[in-house]
Amino acid sequence: MMSEAAGVHATHVEHAHHEELGFWRTYVFSTDHKMIGKQFLFLGLFMMVLGGLLALMLRWQLAWPETAVPGFGWVPEPYMYEGIIPPETYNMLFTMHATIMIFFVVMPILVGCFGNFLIPLMIGARDMAFPTLNLLSFWVGALAGVVMLGGFFVPGGHAASGWTAYAPLSARAIYTGVDWGQNIWCIALILLGISSLMGSINYITTIVNMRAPGMTWFRLPLVIWTLFVVAILLLLALPVLTSALAMLLFDRMAGTHFFLPTGGGEPLLWQHLFWFFGHPEVYVLILPAMGIASDVLSTFSRKPIFGYRSMVYAIIGIAFLSWVVWGHHMFQSGMNPALGTGFMISTMVIAVPSAIKTFNWLGTMWGGSMRFTTAMLNTLAFVSMFVIGGLSGIFMANTPVDIFIHDTYFIVAHIHYVVFGGSVFGIFAGIYYWFPKMFGRMMNETLGKIHFWLTFVAFNCVFFPMHILGVGGMMRRIYNPMQYEFLQPLQPINVFITISAIFLGLAQIPFVINFFWSLFAGKQAALNPWQANTLEWSAPSPPPHGNWGEHLPTVYHGPYEYSVPDVAEDYAPQDRPLAVPAPAGH
Amino acid sequence: MLEYLKLETWLPPNVSTYGAEIDFLFYIIYYITGVAFLLVAAVMVAFIILYRHREGRRARYVHGNTALEIVWTVGTALIVIVLGIMSRPLWARIKQQVPPSNIQVRVTAKQFNWEILYPGPDGTFDTKDDLLLDNELHVPVNRVVQVFLASKDVIHSFFLPNLRLKQDAVPGRTIQAWFEATKPGVYEIPCAELCGFGHSGMLGYLTVHSGGDYEKWVKEQWPPS
Ligand SMILES: [Cu+2]
Ligand SMILES: [Cu+2]
Repeated sequence: MMSEAAGVHATHVEHAHHEELGFWRTYVFSTDHKMIGKQFLFLGLFMMVLGGLLALMLRWQLAWPETAVPGFGWVPEPYMYEGIIPPETYNMLFTMHATIMIFFVVMPILVGCFGNFLIPLMIGARDMAFPTLNLLSFWVGALAGVVMLGGFFVPGGHAASGWTAYAPLSARAIYTGVDWGQNIWCIALILLGISSLMGSINYITTIVNMRAPGMTWFRLPLVIWTLFVVAILLLLALPVLTSALAMLLFDRMAGTHFFLPTGGGEPLLWQHLFWFFGHPEVYVLILPAMGIASDVLSTFSRKPIFGYRSMVYAIIGIAFLSWVVWGHHMFQSGMNPALGTGFMISTMVIAVPSAIKTFNWLGTMWGGSMRFTTAMLNTLAFVSMFVIGGLSGIFMANTPVDIFIHDTYFIVAHIHYVVFGGSVFGIFAGIYYWFPKMFGRMMNETLGKIHFWLTFVAFNCVFFPMHILGVGGMMRRIYNPMQYEFLQPLQPINVFITISAIFLGLAQIPFVINFFWSLFAGKQAALNPWQANTLEWSAPSPPPHGNWGEHLPTVYHGPYEYSVPDVAEDYAPQDRPLAVPAPAGH
Repeated sequence: MLEYLKLETWLPPNVSTYGAEIDFLFYIIYYITGVAFLLVAAVMVAFIILYRHREGRRARYVHGNTALEIVWTVGTALIVIVLGIMSRPLWARIKQQVPPSNIQVRVTAKQFNWEILYPGPDGTFDTKDDLLLDNELHVPVNRVVQVFLASKDVIHSFFLPNLRLKQDAVPGRTIQAWFEATKPGVYEIPCAELCGFGHSGMLGYLTVHSGGDYEKWVKEQWPPS
């Protein structure tokens, strides 16, 4: 294995010598991990705009039911009626909002962009182990995106059975009126699964084989640990989803009855398969953000991460537990209730590694010398919002309480505190932090802070009140809360949430301006603008093809050696030996 | 807007025997998680103020603290295990041990109605005196009601917010559920699982009759001839 890896290194050194690849090979069909990372970033950001618009449309309907959405009068019938959203379209909106945000925004950015960009740079490799596979991974992913978008244009509209696609609703066209939309949904996700699978194999191989000399496992930055564990989760979880999707397609198109009781099939089988994938998937969405937060927090606290090893064990622990908790989505599904208690205990145990991580983040801040850059502010938001999302999970893990709050807005609040409050603030932290390395220019800090504060306030105004709606009993995925007497008193909350959601959308404008303005006109970035330790900061900004010149860096110590006593600077890059010997084990 | 901040007004009024126990657990978790969040937030804010960057001060060079890490690991584990043990009997009572009762109904969900089948005076289903009503569930107060849940098409979820009961109705199987209402009145029965374009508005009504009223309702449905 090692000699093979060395061979890969050698070929890339040669690459570094004959640069000029031309437009197509440089920007489009690139095999350079950094370009592929950026491609995933642009794919994700583009889809985020779309996913956000879908969310705003459905929020409009919830606040002012059956009134025309401004600016959407042009959408033809039967999708909309002079701007009014009918129930069929409403179901499509929330289905596609979740599908796009989970599979085409958070995954491409956190795993595709940061995974590709950071892994070789942070472990000291010239590229991924399999650059061509990497190219394929992006382009199959992009194809999946195009196929998925195509679903909006077929007769009957796009999938409308929820992102969870519970059978039999999803398994026969007559139940939703959606024909090709749901098929396309399955096909696109199968394609995306293939893309992610190629990525995971690449990540795992690269991290195992291509670490720079001296980069031992316990000198890896935590973001690399999380990406490594995520790659393993994806490798094991995606085939289950892919199989389930194939079975669903067969049920729809080939007359099989895997999930249809009329032919002896079992509807709950879909849920078991889906959530066996689905819960690890939640950790795929949050773990890399945890890694990003750890790295940014340590850098801007100018302090070693607190409890590095327990952080690593917590990451591995969370990953293990994620395989034995899927039943918590099915407490009220008709699954044998005797299983409920086991799944409740395993789920609540996840609080332990989550608490370890949270306390270690606080420990990192303790006695630090914090710089509140935009990346740091987003990280602090990540930590606090993740705490809320984690704690609200305990309500649902508790089987008796879940009887009431299952399938209510409490779940919607929870998932958004985890995936927006967690993953998306992690994404913003990562973008503000690594933008200088990615594009060689600094982002504007003032605009960044405006974006952060507006987003942070609007985010909480949108999603915190959803807890109250959930506790009030408001079901998720309903088209019009005013149809229910017991929900009518809650309607002002729905209006407040929608107005806040519009603000949350507008709050992204400073980010878009900042991103594109900085891309072309930002201040030139230095090699190591944040005075950070990890290896990517020893490469030029942006790093050339092959990342480093003649010699790969050698690693002398762990990634979090900040404020080492008796060292003049308050940081100590991993590729520079410490003047004084570091304490044992670090 | 302020009235929404009062916790008591969050949950819909409870009118079932086991509902109060669910609410009790809800409040316990609410206070535990609330305190945990406030502690974390307070520490965070304090650290942000105390340990902000100031010229001439260096961060502490610490890598961790094993004793502290063991304390919060064990502490968290204890809390969740105790919570789990506390919750187990209630879950078993609601979902696993259906109390005996001669008040039985079959609730069959279909897009987008609840079909409620009453066995009639003879107490047996599939006999001549069965009565089928759409979206109308009539029960006596203070009596255990057994519900046999099924579905004709897709998955629906039988939700009684005021009775703290939710149970999916799955095609191909019959699932038993139960409740005991403690207060007469009319309560809504929404569907809580996405079941198609008519999911929203799939709505039945539970009428809880006081003792005498229930007799009267029964007489009206099955007039003694
Ligand atoms: Cu889960
Ligand atoms: Cu429904």
